[in-house]
Parts: sequence; C-alpha cells; structure tokens
Amino acid sequence: MSDASDLVLDVKNLKTVFFTNSGLFKAVDDVSFHVRRGETLAIVGESGCGKSVTALSLMRLVPDPPGRIVGGSVTLEGTDLLALDDAKMRAIRGNRISMIFQEPMTSLNPVMRIGDQIVEAVRLHRNLPVREANGIAVEMLRLVRIPEAARRAREYPHQLSGGMRQRAMIAMALACRPALLIADEPTTALDVTIQAQILALILDLQKELGTGLVLITHDLGVVAQTAQRVIVMYAGKKVEEATVEALFAAPKHPYTRGLMASIPAVPASGVAAQARLNEIPGTVPSLVRLPKGCAFAPRCKLVVKRCQEEYPPLQDWGGGHLAACWRAAEVAEEVA
Amino acid sequence: MSEALLEVTDLMKHYPVRAGVLRRQVGTVHAVDGVSFSLRTGETLGLVGESGCGKSTVARSVLRLVEPTSGQIRLDGEDITHLSKTELRPHRRSMQIVFQDPFASLNPRMTAGDIVGEPLAVHGLASGKALEARVAKLFEQVGLRPDQMGNFPHQFSGGQRQRICIARALALEPRLIVCDEPVSALDVSIQAQVINLLIDLQRQHGFSYLFIAHDLAVVAHISHRVAVMYLGRIVEIADKDELFRNPRHPYTQALLASVPIANPHAKRLTPLVDGDVPSPVNPPSGCAFHTRCRFAMERCKTERPALVEAANGHQVACLLNEGTGRSA
Amino acid sequence: MAAIDYDLELKRAGAGATGGWRRALFLAQRHVLGAAGLIIMIVFALTAIFANVLARFDPLTVDAAHALARPSALHWMGTDSFGRDVFSRIIHGARISLAVGIGSTTLGASIGVIVGLTSGYLSGWVDLVFQRVSDVLQALPLLVLALVMTAALGPSLPNVIIAIAIPLIPTVARVIRANTLALREQPFVEAAKSIGMSEVRIALRHVLPNTLAPLIVLATAQLGSTILTEASLSFLGLGIPEPYPSWGRMLSESAAEYVRTAPWLVIFPGIAISLAVFGTNLFGDALRDILDPRQRG
Repeated sequence: MSDASDLVLDVKNLKTVFFTNSGLFKAVDDVSFHVRRGETLAIVGESGCGKSVTALSLMRLVPDPPGRIVGGSVTLEGTDLLALDDAKMRAIRGNRISMIFQEPMTSLNPVMRIGDQIVEAVRLHRNLPVREANGIAVEMLRLVRIPEAARRAREYPHQLSGGMRQRAMIAMALACRPALLIADEPTTALDVTIQAQILALILDLQKELGTGLVLITHDLGVVAQTAQRVIVMYAGKKVEEATVEALFAAPKHPYTRGLMASIPAVPASGVAAQARLNEIPGTVPSLVRLPKGCAFAPRCKLVVKRCQEEYPPLQDWGGGHLAACWRAAEVAEEVA
Repeated sequence: MSEALLEVTDLMKHYPVRAGVLRRQVGTVHAVDGVSFSLRTGETLGLVGESGCGKSTVARSVLRLVEPTSGQIRLDGEDITHLSKTELRPHRRSMQIVFQDPFASLNPRMTAGDIVGEPLAVHGLASGKALEARVAKLFEQVGLRPDQMGNFPHQFSGGQRQRICIARALALEPRLIVCDEPVSALDVSIQAQVINLLIDLQRQHGFSYLFIAHDLAVVAHISHRVAVMYLGRIVEIADKDELFRNPRHPYTQALLASVPIANPHAKRLTPLVDGDVPSPVNPPSGCAFHTRCRFAMERCKTERPALVEAANGHQVACLLNEGTGRSA
Repeated sequence: MAAIDYDLELKRAGAGATGGWRRALFLAQRHVLGAAGLIIMIVFALTAIFANVLARFDPLTVDAAHALARPSALHWMGTDSFGRDVFSRIIHGARISLAVGIGSTTLGASIGVIVGLTSGYLSGWVDLVFQRVSDVLQALPLLVLALVMTAALGPSLPNVIIAIAIPLIPTVARVIRANTLALREQPFVEAAKSIGMSEVRIALRHVLPNTLAPLIVLATAQLGSTILTEASLSFLGLGIPEPYPSWGRMLSESAAEYVRTAPWLVIFPGIAISLAVFGTNLFGDALRDILDPRQRG
C-alpha cells in the first residue's frame, strides 16, 4: 500500500440529493472512495445508480435546483472542494480536475475550431500568450494521436469522426495536466473498434502523465480491461469495493454476482447455440420509494428477513474488499 | 428448419447526397451495397456491424419501410420487392419489427393496451371484449400483468416498454420478427431478461428473427447464424459457433478482439484496427476494409472480393481466403 | 455546510403536489404570473358571459342629457358623447372581443392543423405549394392582411373573424408541419406502418395527438394578438360595425376629439384591451413552460 501523499482524491460520505416533485431522491447516499496518483478507479452500475451524479458532485456541477450536495467531503490534493467558493472552484475545474463525457459531439462547441477550444481551456487557467497556447493545443492533439494535428486543430467538430472528437475532448481535458480525470462513459457512444482505441489511449496517457482516473461505466468488460480498483453502486449506495482481480474472482455482493452472470460473453469454442442468460429479476427500484433495509432485497436470491429490515453496513472481507450484504460470506457459493 | 422464409438477393439502397441551391446530386451514400442472405423458419440470423454499416437499412428494406434501390426480397417464396401498399398489407401480418429505443417506439398518448391491440384492430382480427382478452393474453406472454393495460408508456420502465413492443409485434402472429438493436438501450440486468424472453418466445412459436445488433456478445447468445457487415456489404457469414471459433475475415477478427472481456486476467486492449470507418458517401475502392486492414495487399485496393464459400456454410469476402473455398 | 431544511426544499420542488387540485395549486404558486393571467382570462370570460347581468345600463341606449358625464357613483366609468354608459359598453365589448378571439383562433387553428398535417405528411409538391403560399401570407403583417380582408369582405362580426383567422393559418400550419415532420421519423410511426396501418389513420391517431401540446400553447399565445387585431381593425373603422360596443371602436370614436376633455373615454377601453391581451400572453407563456416536454420529467 502506498502512503497518503500519493492520494489524489479522497471522497468521504458524499451525499447528493435531488428535490423533485415526486419526493426526495437520494442520488448519492453516503459514498466514500479514494484515488491514488496514476490509479484507475472504476465506478460501475446501471442507469439511476448514482454513478454519473457522483461524477458531477466531484466537479461540483450538480444542477441546482433540483440537486444539492448535502454532506460529506471531496478532497482533491488536500483541498476540500465542497468548502471552496465558486470562483476558487472554477479555478480548479478544468485545471486540477477535469471531465470527459459520453457524447463528444454535444460537449464540443460546434462553431469553434478544435484548436481554439483547447487554447481557450488552457488560457482560462494559465496566463499564456495565444501563440504559446496554440502550440500546446497542437501538442495535445498530437499526444492523443490525432494524425496531422496542426491541420486538425483548424477544423470544426463536425469535420471529425466520433472517435476523433472523443480524442479532441481528451486533449482538452488533459491540456492543463490535471491531477484527476473523470471519464463518464467515455466510449459508450462509440463503436467497439473505436472504443478499444480510445480506452487504450486513455490508459497510455494516464501512465505517461500520472493522472488519477475515475472511469464511470456500465460495462464490466471495460472495467476488467482498464481499472485497478472498482466500486459497484446500486440505488445511490456503494455496495461493493475491491481490486479488479478480487472482484472478478469472488464478488461478495449478490448484485455484483448477478450482474456478472447476466452479461453475455463472446463465446469461446463449444458454447451451445442459444444459451439463456442468467437474469436478475425485477427492475431497479425508484430512488424516491426505496424499500426499508437493503435496496437490492426485492431482486435478491439470497434475501432473508433481516435484509428487509436493516441496511447492511459495509464490511471488510480482507485486502480492502468491502461489501454491504448480510450474507456476503455465502454469495460465492449460492448465487452461481 | 428447412425452406427459406426470407430470401434477400443483391439488395442495394443508395441515397443521393444533394447540395447547393439547385439540390444537385453531388454524391451517393452506399448505405446497402449488394447484400444477399437467407433466413430459414425458426432460425435467428444475427446481423452485426458498427454504426453506418447499413444493418438498420437492411432491416427497414426487408420490411419495405424504406424502398430498396435494387435487388429482391422474397418472403415465403413470393417477391415482395415491388408490391404496392395495398398488395403488401396482407404480408405485413407475417413480418414485424422491434425497435431499439423503447421510449420512442411507443406513442406516448396511447395506453399500453391500445398499443398492443392496435395491430389486431387495424387488421380487423378482433374487437371489443375479444380484443381485450387477446391483449391480456399477449401481456402475460411477455411477462407483463394484464392490469397494466390501462397505463401509459411513461409509467413503465425501459425493459417493460420493450416488452410492450414485443407484445405488439407478437399480436399478428408473425413468422418473421426483425429486431433492430432491441436491447442496446437497456441496462445489463434488463438486457438479459429481454434476450431470454426473445429466446423463449421463439421456442414456443417457431418464428424467425433477423437480429440486428452492434454487440457481438448479444448476437452470439441469440443467433444460429451470424452475418458481419462492413460499409454496406456482408463480409462474412457463418454458423454462430463456426464464426466465433474460426473468424476468417480480418474485420471480424478485429471486431472480436475489440470486445472488452470481463476478466482482468485476460487484459488485451490492443486495438487490431486503426482509424475510423470511412464515409459511405464515397466508400474505398476494391475491398472497403483495405484502408484499415492489417493484411491489406495491393490487390485489395482495386479488386472487390466476392462473398464465397470458404468452408462448409462459411462464406467470406476476402482475397486472403481465396483458394480455401470451393467456389473461388 | 449549512443545514438544509428538507421539508421546505421538497415543498418548493412540488413534492406531495399530486392529484388535480394540489398539482394545480402548486403550478399556480410556481407560475404566479401565469396564474394571474389565467385569473384575468377567467374574469374576462365571465364578464362576457354574464354581460347582461353585470351591465348596469343598456350599452346602446342613447341618453343625450347625460352625455360626457364624468365617472361617478352612477356611471362608474362615465358616459360617452351619446350619453351611453361606458362601463356597460366595456362589459358588452368583452363579448365581442371574446367572440372574435375564440372564433378566429379556433377557425385559424383548425384549418392550420389540416394544412400543416397534410403538408408535413404528403411532402413533395403539395408541401412545396403550401410552403410558398404561407411564405407570401406571412410576409404581410397580420394587421395589414386583416385590413385587406375586411375591406374586401365588408365589416361584420363573421367577416372580422374570418379576416383575422386567415393570417393565423400559416402560423399554425408551420408549427404543425414541423412537428409532423419530426414525428414521422419516430419509431412508433414506423411501427404503425409496419403493422399495415393506412397513412391517414397514422396521421390522425399517432401524429395529430402528439402535436396538441404545441398547438394549445400556440393558440393561447395567438388569442391575445387576435383580440388586439380586432381592436385595431375596429379602431380603423373596418371592424365591428356601429352600434355594437367594440373596445377598438370606442377608442377610435373618442381618441381625437375627447382625449383632453373626457379622458375616461380613452383610458377605460385602453385598459380593457391591454388587460385582456396581457392576461392571455401571461397565461400563454406559463402554459408553454409547463407543457414544454423538455421541462417535464
């Protein structure tokens, strides 16, 4: 284990709620995690589990109203971001912490040249002459392996393909060499061959620059191929945390287990035609009317009376493998 | 599984690209560029490819939702390519479609029951109490409760909405259901439920699926045979097991290698192809994949490889596989 | 971090505001101006409906003895040069404004919907012709077009309604056409096609109901301008003929001659027109905010 000075991001008991006309919506409920220098932490979960709101909370970009961060701390390089005023936060956002989104087209300004957008991002945080910032922009585009970077810098977003646009987004996000990069489903909108290119690129750059990475995804395959550590979220709560190896070897939470069993895999040889998949019955509960006790209980095969009454605390199963389940010890044997 | 239910021969769909004040044609989008395949009764053919490869256009052409530029579509031996709207109507009963986006494919102002019952009403197959009973039965078949018939689409979750779409497709007891990315908008745990439902329904009713998807793993689970498309053409088609065990086209190989495996010990994120899919407006000459292919030869730039049989039922369109097959 | 009053925040977000009345009350609180607009519209409509009860005098009875009386306990808003009670005339004038407003909006919207739907649905040359005709119609201001119409048709209530309705048609048709074009591409329309539904049935059952929200918003927004156009036409002497009390005519009769000597003759009809238009516009804006699908969850 590395010491605390290595810590880039430390999130403690983060709570973000939404006040909606159907009630209180605990999008992120008491979530803690940390990221070290050069480390990749994946946050996995299905839609509505709170993974994207977690990302927005880190950036302090939760739309208010209806959302509000109501508790916890987000410490980036020793500074609690939640305690900063807006001006100080703006100085950090895009500079020490930056984010790339799922849709590269909508995250780029359609009427500005790619290069100028990077220049703008750089000059916002660093007092540089335009010429020098221009140089950085081209260099960044080269860094994300865009061929003919100098020419591409003068093009508009619509002239680039989806994969190139996501590269440009990454160039912009990394232009100020942030300590932490948040990638919210960065490859979900891309084709699989392009996804492989982009993921490889992100990992390469991370190694080169030593950036901490929070990768938000729904795809366990992406997690296994990219992350060192994983947290699994369900209905706003962290239900499991482990190293990638430990999680895939022996998941401790029935939800993680179910998720792994339900993903279709590209078959190796000798798979019977038309294999039924293991499914998790039911649907994700509405965050407004969460059941008492464990939110996964209504869909869980291992459910006992206690699950419906008390929310299970996160328990350490050794080596930092945390799981919030009353029957975590039995998961490996019984759910398969 | 004997006679062909659907037979598509040399299907083409070209869209003109117009520009300027005079709307003069400046180019042609080769959305589908000579696609042939057949589908047997009770069989599932998976059609995979990346965005812009023309797989959805193939789906819509088969249903005559878009008019093919040329080629032939035969349903049950009858040529339906040029039938008029009225002539086509009876055939519409035998082919149905399930779309990708379960949010946009249901009319937000109709109840779920009305949506599922609509095909029956349109074809005058049932009305009143009988219609209601039929719809209730369809609801049960797809795993919805009949008491949900009065609810509006926004009251259902994504997976439930896709079930409504499936029930609507089942209503006319079709022989062919075209599934256009039916699970790609759904969450992983819900995806499995819908795939299982589709498999179960096929076992009960014996219809055929033309299953369009970009996700190889999903296709692998549901299909009997798989066709891989690239820039408007089928580059490889084979039985599922054969295709995954022994992919012959470099594009299929790259596609398979790009899928991230949910196993941290099998780290292998080394992209096998560089660059992006070229524009279908002016696709590359010769083999359309030569711009990204690791094995591209000089010949690939000029010669367009035909889809030929390389092994038993395994057809590939690649010059590398020349000589391995019988017809080459 | 400051303490947060959850109950207050939730109440602000409208939690618990379920069910017809509570929801309406919540929306009224959030859109105060819209609610004010709605109240003005309701008062306006009630005035028009119960004009006979509310008016203290017959609006047409001439009483030369009391001509140009100042506002008093008897004549709340004074009398005009013929001695007719201005208050009663304004109340009856609401009827005319309402009739013209609702009549022309309904007429214009109905034809506009048919034109927009066919145009968007058939596309091709039909669409092209409709588009160019509406370009020409929209190139002229509403008022000028209505002026020409009434001049040609002659001043009468039905003619005024028609004259104001016609310029509305392209505005409505445009919106409906745009919506139709977008809806035609929706998968649920494709699904309807693939079950063998006829185009007419698809248009009526799947496309039309989904254009209603923007249509209602547009119609409410146009209501104000139709009332204003009627007033303008009447002011110019081409609207509702004498002796019926139209607000616009009441203004035109008195504006030049009496604005200094009997300002109430100008002030009160002016207020009535402004208030009615203001009310419908406020309500229209709020309605747009509420019905805008991007703002609905």
